[in-house]
Amino acid sequence: MRWFPALLVLALAVALAFLTLPIVAIFVNSSPADLVDSLGDQGARDALWLSLRTTAAALAIIVVVGTPAAYLLATRSFRGKALVVTLVELPLVLPPAVAGVALLAAVGPEGLLGGAVDAAGIQLTLATAGVVVALTFVASPFYVRQAMAAFASVDRTLLDASRTLGASEARGFVRVMIPTAMPGLVAGGALALGRALGEFGATLMFAGSFQGITQTVPLEIYNRLGTDFDGALALSAVLVAVSVAILLAVKLVPRAEVFGGAPR
Amino acid sequence: MKWLAVLLACVVVGCGGDDGDSSGSSKPRLVVSAASSMTEALDACSPEFGDATVRLSFAGSDELAAQIRQGVKPDVYAAANTKLPDALHAEGLLGKPVGFATNELVLAVPAGSQIASVHDLAAKGVTIAIGDESVPIGSYTRETLGKLPAAEGRAILANVRSNEPDVKGIVGKLTQGAVDAGFVYVTDVNAAGSDLKAIELPPGVEPQVTYAAGVVEGAKHPEQARTYVDELLDGPCADALRDAGFGAAP
Repeated sequence: MRWFPALLVLALAVALAFLTLPIVAIFVNSSPADLVDSLGDQGARDALWLSLRTTAAALAIIVVVGTPAAYLLATRSFRGKALVVTLVELPLVLPPAVAGVALLAAVGPEGLLGGAVDAAGIQLTLATAGVVVALTFVASPFYVRQAMAAFASVDRTLLDASRTLGASEARGFVRVMIPTAMPGLVAGGALALGRALGEFGATLMFAGSFQGITQTVPLEIYNRLGTDFDGALALSAVLVAVSVAILLAVKLVPRAEVFGGAPR
Repeated sequence: MKWLAVLLACVVVGCGGDDGDSSGSSKPRLVVSAASSMTEALDACSPEFGDATVRLSFAGSDELAAQIRQGVKPDVYAAANTKLPDALHAEGLLGKPVGFATNELVLAVPAGSQIASVHDLAAKGVTIAIGDESVPIGSYTRETLGKLPAAEGRAILANVRSNEPDVKGIVGKLTQGAVDAGFVYVTDVNAAGSDLKAIELPPGVEPQVTYAAGVVEGAKHPEQARTYVDELLDGPCADALRDAGFGAAP
């Protein structure tokens, strides 16, 4: 049976080479000087700033709405719960192009709720708000899934203890459940952040592409592909760096929690 | 052990007759990278190409040029301008390009629109989608706007709400009602059917839109590629291009 461990090692080597080579190539092909040069460009700075703002806004919406929703799904059972969970998770596996078409069909100018959105005086398509909608749509399941798992794994006796001590459920949710589930919530937030930052298809189709308004970093990278490959590499390098930071945060936060002391 | 190794080799290098060499068909597979404005025409005629099975890859001309610069080797490159093929030729990546068709830049609006001419676009509140300046449709559009009176051109550019990476994006924004008007090729309006109408540009501001194609240096099937390019000028694909509204080569 000597061949089996060898095969495992080979499989890992192939996977590792395949997954890391493109990332390494980004940094091999762009010198630090080029990188700084390209980022000094107004278009690049606008794109980075816009990506930062829209991702932060989307994440805020996701956390504020997603946390109580995930808590409900994790702590209650009701008829049709499996269906609800599936529907909430669906955007996770939807191709971005489908997300773009779906958003147009739902809240685009000609969409199902297009008239209502327009009547409310809200401009989504070709506006920064539309980018936030697209990011929120594709990224929220990443958070909600993780948050559900985090709430579900909290020891119920903790919450019950707070209830016997006279705390309301709302108080228990805020003072017991959220702090205890925090590592999982942070991990979910980081995953959603990463997905939102990289969103391309739905943004382009639903929100369009305009410098400073709807042209996020991935769209700017795509635009530069033909005329400024170095610039595309430089912006890609920034996204890689951010992604690495997110991944590290996810890996380090739970550990910090374990060693950092018990929740209040 | 052996079957696992075979399976792994299959996954890594590909099994079966991808190039038609080991499958029943003896026809080579010709890869054609073409500007997305030719999608309908080339999709229609390419199955009739006798010398090879044609696989078409559509994208913005500049995206396709970037792929070739990064070492992707289609057999034929057909662009929506002459600038990109000429540049690739100068870099030694493409054989001498030939102009094979012309197109017309028009103002496109939804069928029921009140907009009647390019001059209506300068009004406040009109929303417009155009091509990004890195793609041919975008540079033709800017060239055209540059020939209008300066104040009018500026007012129109100020109404632009999206710089799309290819013509399909502009058409999509128009048919979805996201914008009031866009600059596209007349062939795109034809392809969109009754949803859109084309408004001709005033004489004198129309850009010369010439499509050029060439055989990629290092193409796997240069002979068939040459024939394919020739048939863009005269053959089923030339006819399909005329049907779609393209003009004859200049």
